[in-house]
Amino acid sequence: MSVTTLTMNGTLVSAAEGATLLAVAREHHIPIPTLCHFEGLSEVGACRLCLVEVEGSNRLQAACMTKAVEGMTVTTNSETLRSYRRQIVELLLAERNHVCAVCVANHTCELQNLAVSMGVHHVRYEPQAPQLSMDASHPRWILDHNRCVLCTRCVRVCDEIEGAHTWDLMGRGRHTLVISDLHEPWGQSESCTSCGKCVRVCPTGALFEKGTSATNKDPHFVTYLKMAREQKLWNR
Amino acid sequence: MIADDLAAVRERERTAISLSTARIAVCSAAGCISTGGAAVKDALGAAVIAHNLSGSVRVLGTGCLGLCHAGPLMRVTRGDAEPVLFTKTTPAFAERVIAGLPSGVLPLEQRCDLQQPFFTRQHRIVTSDAGIVDSERIEDYLAAGGYTALERTLAELHPEDVVREVSLSGLRGRGGAGYPTGLKWSTVAKAAGHGTFIVCNADEGDPGAFMDRSVLEGDPHRVLEGMAIAAYAVGAEQGYIYVRGEYPLAITRLKTAIRQAERMQLLGHRILDSQFNFRIDLRIGAGAFVCGEETALIASIEGKRGMPRPRPPFPAEAGLWGRPTLINNVETYANIAPIILHGGAHYATLGTERSKGTKVFALAGRIVNTGLVEVPMGMPLGEIIFDIGGGIPDERQFKAAQTGGPSGGCIPAAHLDLPVDYEALAGIGSIMGSGGLIVMDETSCMVDVARYFMEFCRDESCGKCVPCRAGTVQMHGLLTKMTHGTATDRDLALLEQLAELTTRTSLCGLGQTAANPVRSTLRHFHDEYLAHIHDHVCPAGVCAMNGEDPR
Repeated sequence: MSVTTLTMNGTLVSAAEGATLLAVAREHHIPIPTLCHFEGLSEVGACRLCLVEVEGSNRLQAACMTKAVEGMTVTTNSETLRSYRRQIVELLLAERNHVCAVCVANHTCELQNLAVSMGVHHVRYEPQAPQLSMDASHPRWILDHNRCVLCTRCVRVCDEIEGAHTWDLMGRGRHTLVISDLHEPWGQSESCTSCGKCVRVCPTGALFEKGTSATNKDPHFVTYLKMAREQKLWNR
Repeated sequence: MIADDLAAVRERERTAISLSTARIAVCSAAGCISTGGAAVKDALGAAVIAHNLSGSVRVLGTGCLGLCHAGPLMRVTRGDAEPVLFTKTTPAFAERVIAGLPSGVLPLEQRCDLQQPFFTRQHRIVTSDAGIVDSERIEDYLAAGGYTALERTLAELHPEDVVREVSLSGLRGRGGAGYPTGLKWSTVAKAAGHGTFIVCNADEGDPGAFMDRSVLEGDPHRVLEGMAIAAYAVGAEQGYIYVRGEYPLAITRLKTAIRQAERMQLLGHRILDSQFNFRIDLRIGAGAFVCGEETALIASIEGKRGMPRPRPPFPAEAGLWGRPTLINNVETYANIAPIILHGGAHYATLGTERSKGTKVFALAGRIVNTGLVEVPMGMPLGEIIFDIGGGIPDERQFKAAQTGGPSGGCIPAAHLDLPVDYEALAGIGSIMGSGGLIVMDETSCMVDVARYFMEFCRDESCGKCVPCRAGTVQMHGLLTKMTHGTATDRDLALLEQLAELTTRTSLCGLGQTAANPVRSTLRHFHDEYLAHIHDHVCPAGVCAMNGEDPR
C-alpha cells in the first residue's frame, strides 16, 4: 500500500492510500468536530461540521468524504471554520427541543459536547420549538423526534450493519423525520430485530432506553462488528 | 429503416406540404391550451371537413409561438405568402378563418404584427420549429429536416468528431451553471467504457420558468435527437429523461415521440441500420425541486430518496449505479442537432466571447409580452425587457429583474445595459440560471421578494445538511420579521451571517445558492432593508408592517 504525504495545519503528515482527511487528522490527533460521522458506517457528509479548507479549492470540503491526495495543503481550524461550526451547532440547538436539563442524554450527548467544546453558551437564533411526537411503542426503547439531529446514524447502522433497514427518512426540509418501516409505530415494526444498535449510535437523546436516565453509548462496537465480519471471526 | 427510407418519408411529407394551399398552426403548448387552444384546433379540424378542404388545408398543433399572454395563438401560412398570426382566437374565429380561406380573405382583426421587435429581435435555434412542426407527428419533424443531424453523425462522424464539434460551438450547460458541454462530453467519453448512461434533466422547477417545458411539449423529437447524438459521442446505449410529474402534457408527448422514433428505427437497436444502439426511458419526478440537482436526480432515478451527495466524484465519473453518466439539460440537448448540421464554428459566431449561441427566456411578472423568447447571448437585459418584452405595463417604472429563480438574484435598473451572458450576470450577484426572467415594477418590495424565494428554498430543502435545512428556516424567520416591521439591526447582521454560512457550507447547489436572492437584494437594495428596520416602513407598500411578532 502506497503512502501519501500532505500538510495539515502547517505540519507534514502521512496518510495511507485512500484515507479520508478525517481519518488522517484523527490518526495525527488533530481534532475535527463531527456529528453524522460514525466509525464503521458509510459517510454522508450531512452535518457539515468537519468542513476543512483545501488550498487551491474555493469550496470547503467535508473531511469525512475527501480523500487525502499527495501534496495537499489542508487547514482544519481557521477562525472562519470555527465560526461556521459554531453557527451550525447553534442552528441545530435552535431547530428542535434540545433542553439538556431534562434530557436523558445529559452529559453523554455529542451535541452538548460539541457546544461546550466550541464555547456555544447561548443560541442567537429563534428557537423553533416544533411540537414533535415521541414513539414509545417499542418494549425497550423510545424514539423522541424532539431531540433528533437527523444525522442518520440509526438509518445507516440498521441498514449497513444489522441489515434490517427498519429506519429511513420521510418528509423534507425541516419536516424530515426518522421513521420505522412505512411510518408505523416502532413496536409494530416487522423488520426491526430489536438489536438496539440504533440506540447505541444515536449522538443525542433521540433514541434511548426505557427506565434509564442515561443510555450507555459504546462508540466502538460497530467497528468491532464490522472487523469481525470482514475477518470471518464467526463461522456460522 | 435505412437512410433511403427516411428520405422517402421526408419527400412524401414535403410533397404533401407543397400541395396544400394553407397550413394552420395552433399553439399546442400548455400556455395556449390553458386558454382554450385545444378547442380552437378541434374547431379548425371540424371546419376543414365541413368546407370540404381536407385535401388542401393542414391543421397542426405546434410548439410555443412565444406570445403566451395573447393565446391561443394561430399561425396561418398560405403558399409563399407571409404568414399571418392571430391572437386570442376562439372556436368561432377558427370557423371564420377556414370559411375565408377559399376566397383568400382572412379576418383583419386579432392580427398580430409579425414585424414588431418581439419577433424580429429574436434569434430562433432551439425554438425554430414552433409554428412549422406538429408536436405529435414525427413526419413533420422529418420534413423540417429533423434527424438529418443524427443521420449525418452515424454516417460520417466518429464519436470524437462529435465531441469536437460541440466543443468548438462553445455551447455551455443551459441548466444554469454553464459548464462547457463539450468538456463534459469528452470527460464522459474518456471514462471507462461499458455501461455509460445519458440523462436528460427535465426537472425544471424554478418558479415562473417554462423553457424546457415548452421545448418538450412543442418539439420532443429535437431533444431525442440531441440525446441520441450525445449517446453516440460518449458511447452510451441507455438514456433517461427525468421529467417532472407536473408536466403531464410533456410526458404524453415524449411517450408518443419515443414510440414514433422507435418505430422508425431512430431509437432502439441498430439505429438507421448502423451498429449503434440507444434506448430512452422516461423517469417521472414526484415533485421535489432538489431532484433537479444532478446527484439527487441520480438517486431518484435509482429509486432512492432524492437527496444529493457531495461531489466529487462527479457523475461524469461515477453517476447512475456508479457508472459514468452524462447529464445535460433539455435546452442543451435541443441545441445539439443544429450544431452538428451547421457546424460548431457557425454556432460560435453567435453570442459573446465566453457565452455562445442563444438562450431561451421565460418572461414573466410585470411585463407586457409575457411569454417565451429566444435571444442571442450578449443581448443587453434592457433590450430583452423593453424592446422584446414590450416594457412595463400600466406606465409603471421598472424596478428589478430576477433571473435564475430561487438560486438567482435581482438586477436593478442601473444594470439594464448589462449583456446577458454567464459571466456578466454572475459578476453582479445573479446567475443565468435556466432562463426564468421575472420583471418587477415599483409595486414589488425587494425584502418581500427575498422572503418569497427563501420560503421556496426552505420548503424545498431536502433536509440532509444542517446549513440548508435549518439555515433557510432561520433566514426566512428573519425576513418575515422585517416584513412585519419588528426586525432590528441585530437581525440584519444575523441574516448576513447566515447567508454567508449557507452559501459556503451547504452540501449541494440548492443550499449554496439559496441565499442568492437575499445577498443580491442586500447588495442592490440595501436602503429598502434599512427602511423596513429603522423606519418601519415598506417603501413599496407591500409588507404588512403591523408590528406583530411573526411567531
